Amino acid sequence: MRFPCLAASLIAFLSLSVASAAFEIEDQRLYTADPERSVLKIISTADLDVFDPILIAFQAENPGLSIDYTVTGTSDLMKAIYVDGAQFDLAISSAMDLQTKLANDGFLSSYASPVAADLPDWAIWRDQVFAFTQEPAVLLVSEAFFGDDPAPTNRDELIALLRESPERFQGRIGTYDVRRSGFGYLVATQDSRNSEAFWRLMEVMGRLDAKLYCCSGEMIRDVAEGRLALAYNVLGSYAASQKTTTDGFRIIEMTDFVNVMLRTVVIPQGSENVEAAQAMVDFLLQLNERPDLVAASGLPAIDASKFQANASLRPIRFGPGLLVFLDQLKRRNFLRNWENSLVQE
Amino acid sequence: MTAGTSIRQRLFFQLAGIAALLSVAFFLVVQVVAERAAEGTQDDILSASAIAIADSLRSEESGVTLELPYSALSMLSTINEDRVFYRVVAAGETLTGYEDLPLPDETPQLGLPTFETLSYRGDEVRSVSVVRAVGPATNLQNVVVTVAQTRLGLEAISRRITATATGVGAGFFLVATALSLWAANLALRPIDRMTGAVTRRGPKDLRPVLAETPTELAPLLEAINSFMGRLRASLTRTEDFIAEAAHRVRTPLATVRAQAEVTHRKLQKPEHKQAIREMIRAIDESSRSAEQMLDHAMVTFRADSLAVEQLNLSALVEETCERLKPTADIRDIAIRTKAPDEPLMFEGDSILLQAALQNIIDNAIKYSPEDSEITVRVDAGADLRLTVSDQGRGFGAGDHSKLTTRFERGGNVGNIVGSGLGLTIADEVARVHGGTLEIGNNPEGVGACVSLVLPRL
Ligand SMILES: Nc1ncnc2c1ncn2[C@@H]1O[C@H](COP(=O)(O)OP(=O)(O)OP(=O)(O)O)[C@@H](O)[C@H]1O
Ligand SMILES: [Mg+2]
Repeated sequence: MRFPCLAASLIAFLSLSVASAAFEIEDQRLYTADPERSVLKIISTADLDVFDPILIAFQAENPGLSIDYTVTGTSDLMKAIYVDGAQFDLAISSAMDLQTKLANDGFLSSYASPVAADLPDWAIWRDQVFAFTQEPAVLLVSEAFFGDDPAPTNRDELIALLRESPERFQGRIGTYDVRRSGFGYLVATQDSRNSEAFWRLMEVMGRLDAKLYCCSGEMIRDVAEGRLALAYNVLGSYAASQKTTTDGFRIIEMTDFVNVMLRTVVIPQGSENVEAAQAMVDFLLQLNERPDLVAASGLPAIDASKFQANASLRPIRFGPGLLVFLDQLKRRNFLRNWENSLVQE
Repeated sequence: MTAGTSIRQRLFFQLAGIAALLSVAFFLVVQVVAERAAEGTQDDILSASAIAIADSLRSEESGVTLELPYSALSMLSTINEDRVFYRVVAAGETLTGYEDLPLPDETPQLGLPTFETLSYRGDEVRSVSVVRAVGPATNLQNVVVTVAQTRLGLEAISRRITATATGVGAGFFLVATALSLWAANLALRPIDRMTGAVTRRGPKDLRPVLAETPTELAPLLEAINSFMGRLRASLTRTEDFIAEAAHRVRTPLATVRAQAEVTHRKLQKPEHKQAIREMIRAIDESSRSAEQMLDHAMVTFRADSLAVEQLNLSALVEETCERLKPTADIRDIAIRTKAPDEPLMFEGDSILLQAALQNIIDNAIKYSPEDSEITVRVDAGADLRLTVSDQGRGFGAGDHSKLTTRFERGGNVGNIVGSGLGLTIADEVARVHGGTLEIGNNPEGVGACVSLVLPRL
């Protein structure tokens, strides 16, 4: 899985007034059906190796449907639909805030899915944004570093630990560079809303020369190999699927709160194969009925019972609130505060 | 009465019309009030949002800046999943937000939010704008904050209210209509009751109607009663007149007959005697007619207000036969009565029953040959039967149902004197007692057989 590295033009793009170059395609594959009756064009931020089993299963249920799958970053996806008006039948993204903005600003078409009734109501917004995975932001700690020592279980403990022995952690903690990662920005802003501890933590991490990453993959690798003692706000679903092949790290869900990001699928207004797009939405919304696909893709399906079992899990809620941190001034202020805390050159 | 002038219908349609008007009025009022309330709620939340944004405006050296409060937009999701737009304009420049979101036509006054409903990005939106002065006293800037939201939530609420109001309005109308029907029927029930009281009466019942009536109908009832009173008076007068007239005719006729008989005896010439005999016969006819008319008038009068009493039919038959015995004896006719030993009780007017029986036996005597026999039987079966059979000429063949009409005589009478009222009287008496008169020939041999059939109690 690949996690978005936002282009330098992000700020310009988010102001949505400056025309910019066409969106960047990172990967593309055509699943041709023979004979072909129609084509479903998907733009997605999820890597091909993640989505491949899902696409193949969906195609098997819909013979005659070719699938054109294009991988891009979260902001490029936004740009493709919001600015370039590129024609896609479906857009799948991990950036809930940007998908929300697409819905709010009228770029999506509605679909009253018959399977929506089985889902918790926080999983669907305006009949336009459909969540089909729930992926927590977690703390990773290195086995090599912690050994048998207990790892911190909440943010206050983490801050206390880092303050206690700064020399041990100097240069050995990592987190997202929120300026480059859409997911990092989303969870960081949600953290800042949820807890005062966030800014203290950023302060402490800044003093310890935290390393900044664009993507979960590299962070997991560095923790597993012991170069990092811990990494904060790593995408839990990805860490969990890495854990099956890689040793050397532990996944910790904080007990004070865990932000849970919802991966979403939307149908852009320009969709030319609405029927197939809606079928795909239904298919994804029923992912929980296909444990084989959940295992193969490593994408955890929507499961409200997890939230009942663990009260600290908090799904990030759809709604106009998500637009707040997309506000250009708000974003500028947030990044300035973040840089002041974390990037202490 | 034609359908167009039915009071019931008119009353019903008027009441239902009022109910329909009220239902519609109710519907409109609920609709307007509820929509105002819903709109007011959205306006309140929108202004709270705009004010929250305005309150977080700050001035820095570089100019006005804004730290958009999270709650300012998140509070707007309370109504529904509506789309939200905002724009902050300082000194004509868009500071942040949607640059194409229309500003209010007039710059709002400080502290006074202005509301507008407009179309934006393909949807109807409600927008609110507030103004706040920001900056140092030397360089105060008016900043306009506009927050807009689509009205889907409002429409959903309004649809719900419309559905509820329609349901309640229609329900009210249906109930009110049913009640109108009931009320119309209830209001007209006294009329039905009065109609019933009048129609249930027998043809000769001219007593005043005593049914209870509401005051509105009292004059009508009074008019009916007074009309019936006059009718009764007029009928009584007529009957009195007949009786009086008959009486007045009979007395002089008796004198004339006596004179005629004296004259008959004195006369020698057969043709003169014949003329006098014919005269006597005519006098007898007139006299009989007068007598029977008197009886008939009496029956009609008594039938009007029947004097009912317990009486023993066997005794009544016995008595009547006794009274007629002399007449029968003149013609050597024997009257035999067959009645059960025990008394046979009946409720009726004894004078009328006697008159009826007397007329039937009188016929039997009249239309029988001399030296014959008449049987009067009293039978108590399912009905009470007084049967008079004779050995006379009988009714002959053909229809004799007409014989009970007034002044109708049979073709078999020969030169026997009569007026044609006897069976009329008997028939009327039978009918006022709820019975019938059966006329026929004697089933076992010659002669007539006439029965007065009375219902058992
Ligand atoms: N017992 C009977 N036998 C034969 N015919 C009869 C007998 N009783 C009645 N009728 C016939 O029925 C007719 C009607 O009888 P009804 O008693 O009404 O009149 P009436 O005897 O002629 O006159 P009155 O009024 O004087 O009795 C008679 O004219 C006669 O033709
Ligand atoms: Mg007679």
